[in-house]
Amino acid sequence: MLFSGGKDSCVMLHLARKAFFPARPPFPLLHVDTGWKFAELYTLRDQLAAEAGMELIVHRNPDAEARGINPFDHGAALHTELWKTEGLKQALDAGRFDVAFGGARRDEEMSRAKERIFSVRSASHGWDPKRQRPELWQLYNGRRAPGESLRVFPLSDWTERDIWAYVAAEKLKVASLYFAAERPTARRDGTLLIVDDERFPLAAVTRRVRVRTVGCWPLTGAVESDAADVDAVLAEMARDGTSERSGRLIDKDQPASMERKKKQGYF
Amino acid sequence: MAGPASLLRLLTCGSVDDGKSTLIGRLLHDCGAVPSDKLEGLTDFSLLADGLEAEREQGITIDVAYLYFASGRRRFILADTPGHEQYTRNMATGASRAEVAIVLVDATKGVLTQTRRHATIARLLGIRSFVLAVNKMDLAGFDRARFEAIARDFVRFGAAIGIERVAAIPVCALDGDNVTARSARMPWYDGRSLLATLEAIEPEEADGTGAFRMPVQQVIRDGGARFYAGRIAAGTVRPGDSIAIAPAGTPARIARIATKDGDLDTAEAGQSVALSFAAEVDCSRGDTLFAGAAPQIADQFEATLIWMAEEPLLPGRQYLLKLGTQSVPATVQEPKYKLGIDTMEQLAARTLGLNEIGDAVIHTARPIVFEPYEASRSLGGFILIDRISAATVAAGLIRFGLRRAENVHEQSLTVTAGRRAALMLQKPRLLWFTGLSGAGKSTIANLVEAKLHARGRHTFLLDGDNVRLGLNKDLGFTAADRVENIRRAGEAAKLMMDAGLIVLTAFISPFRAERQLVREMVGAGDFIEIFVDTPLAEAERRDTKGLYRKARAGKLANFTGVDSPYEAPESPDIRIDTMAMDAEDAADLIVRHLDGDPS
Repeated sequence: MLFSGGKDSCVMLHLARKAFFPARPPFPLLHVDTGWKFAELYTLRDQLAAEAGMELIVHRNPDAEARGINPFDHGAALHTELWKTEGLKQALDAGRFDVAFGGARRDEEMSRAKERIFSVRSASHGWDPKRQRPELWQLYNGRRAPGESLRVFPLSDWTERDIWAYVAAEKLKVASLYFAAERPTARRDGTLLIVDDERFPLAAVTRRVRVRTVGCWPLTGAVESDAADVDAVLAEMARDGTSERSGRLIDKDQPASMERKKKQGYF
Repeated sequence: MAGPASLLRLLTCGSVDDGKSTLIGRLLHDCGAVPSDKLEGLTDFSLLADGLEAEREQGITIDVAYLYFASGRRRFILADTPGHEQYTRNMATGASRAEVAIVLVDATKGVLTQTRRHATIARLLGIRSFVLAVNKMDLAGFDRARFEAIARDFVRFGAAIGIERVAAIPVCALDGDNVTARSARMPWYDGRSLLATLEAIEPEEADGTGAFRMPVQQVIRDGGARFYAGRIAAGTVRPGDSIAIAPAGTPARIARIATKDGDLDTAEAGQSVALSFAAEVDCSRGDTLFAGAAPQIADQFEATLIWMAEEPLLPGRQYLLKLGTQSVPATVQEPKYKLGIDTMEQLAARTLGLNEIGDAVIHTARPIVFEPYEASRSLGGFILIDRISAATVAAGLIRFGLRRAENVHEQSLTVTAGRRAALMLQKPRLLWFTGLSGAGKSTIANLVEAKLHARGRHTFLLDGDNVRLGLNKDLGFTAADRVENIRRAGEAAKLMMDAGLIVLTAFISPFRAERQLVREMVGAGDFIEIFVDTPLAEAERRDTKGLYRKARAGKLANFTGVDSPYEAPESPDIRIDTMAMDAEDAADLIVRHLDGDPS
């Protein structure tokens, strides 16, 4: 199960623990790391995995590491492709995993509206929109031809609102980044970044901000907000009309960008 | 989470020409479901409902897109599916989970053949509530008589196919008339807007009521304890309840209803739980826990199939049938009929192709627990999976069981296959030779049999040509007949193995799926697949029977390698390269393989 410590990850882990109760989920957690996640997320990731008593595999693409790939010098597209898309393929191949669970939702992005819950990937992890299996009722086809693997998205039918409603109902612990607080921020290419460490000299200004979705900190757009708890977040969402991924810089690098990334093997 | 009653799943039927995408875009927009960053520069509401890059280029919707929106009173999941008839499978997919269908009709065109086809498929998949949106009323001069005539037309047609509830609404999607608010341009219409209609529809109650039913999804072991986990399909359950386990009928008593948040006193349809029993009983994935009258159990039933694969149905081929948590090998007979795609009349059919719908009898390898689809979508709907490609090839709706499996018992015999074989001092085997016509299968099989016979083995050679002169003389060379040819050969070989013999067969047996079927029929360990590998050019050069010449001259249809495919084994137990060794060496190799076999 892909696990980053973000809010969708937390919901996935919680659902898995409920589904397999009283036993532990019979699979490990996998984090495809880039080295650029928020410090708080690393702490939370390790803490939640330990609490669940599950193995946590952390994979960092050695090639990207050796070349020092980072979002500032190499741009969002290359950074994402090497660290995340390539890193994920390496990790899945190394573990010889047949099935990987992810927390993606259909409401996140246009091309995801047609994603299956059980999504078939070729031996090279490619996604062919024309070869996807029909999914009727709640019947899922978990069989694979040799070499194929499956990506499974149990949260497909959830919306951002459902995620927060679940977090509230189950009193889940999620990162404090989702809630408004005074944080050091810097504007870069029109996006408000939260400066999480000193690796790049950005002149920081303190603003009251929060994030709606977390990726690598240099690629995560924050919003100015006063929503300091789940209720306030839900109320803010009802007022505000922008989409959740509007803060994700990696979706904007080219048209139909998510669909292309998926064909290459991105989650 | 909001309660389940507040979620409604919708399906939209209609084509791009009827203004379907515009209507959906309008609905999303007026409900505030369109983020402001996506609205920037938007000129056409229909662009909100599209998805994949290829589709944007072609300007049509080719898959099922799920869209999410909410009004103050309800949340909606809308499945938007294509209108063209080559996408019937996508429509059926969208309809399988929907409770309400919005049927879109162009006011200037009225109810079309396509409208009737869409409504029929939606009804077939179990939708009972329909909303008829008569669109483009502006182009029809907002004419009341025109609207009422179309509504009458649809209601009359709907009644004939069992549609009980129709709400007809005149709309103009482009301008938003009667979409989320009542239109001032049609004062004669005193009904609800589309959104208000959707808010007011009572959700279906078909599933979930009645006696307790829970298909077991998995058995969870926690220390010494066993828990049976699954989602409750119908009814309620409490600790202490006496239940039974289908298909065996074993009784059991519920001890605990365990969840991560503590044990429950009661659980009902829709909840996922882990149950434990008061005493140890045999129960596994695929079994169904039930209270009250037993669910139906059969190994033969009639079903409506919606074919979803490019490769057509092969009657007699073994597919994998998945229903609820049950997975079982199944074969489909030749369809009784298929539905004419436009008229929906019953037509004679020998197979079903992509997007075709028809009725057929299905046999399963083991009895399965089910309900007719009309009574329960979750216990009456199934999929068929191709055993080689693992693709989902069809969706099925069970109409009724044909034979109660408890009436058919396998006769148990006193002298078993094992005792017969022991008397002959040998282990029965099936040596299955496969390869192109003229590859050398019969020649090598003959030599192998002679060598085994000389060693005192009890053998029998089933030769393809000879079997076709007798047992299978009613079969031709179409794909379906080839499947049946191999099935019968496999059954005959199995009987002889039961008699204690080492059986050799020489059949082209061109399809992987049927060789796999025979392998499973006799048991993988006793099935030895021998690929007599002769390249097509070489077999054709030899042409010992003159058949290739005839086939190339067009005098012989469906000839393997010429106009009928040969699927070579991917990992045969023995591969004979006839370019590298002669028949004598090949036979020795095979006999050595049998000798070297540890068992």
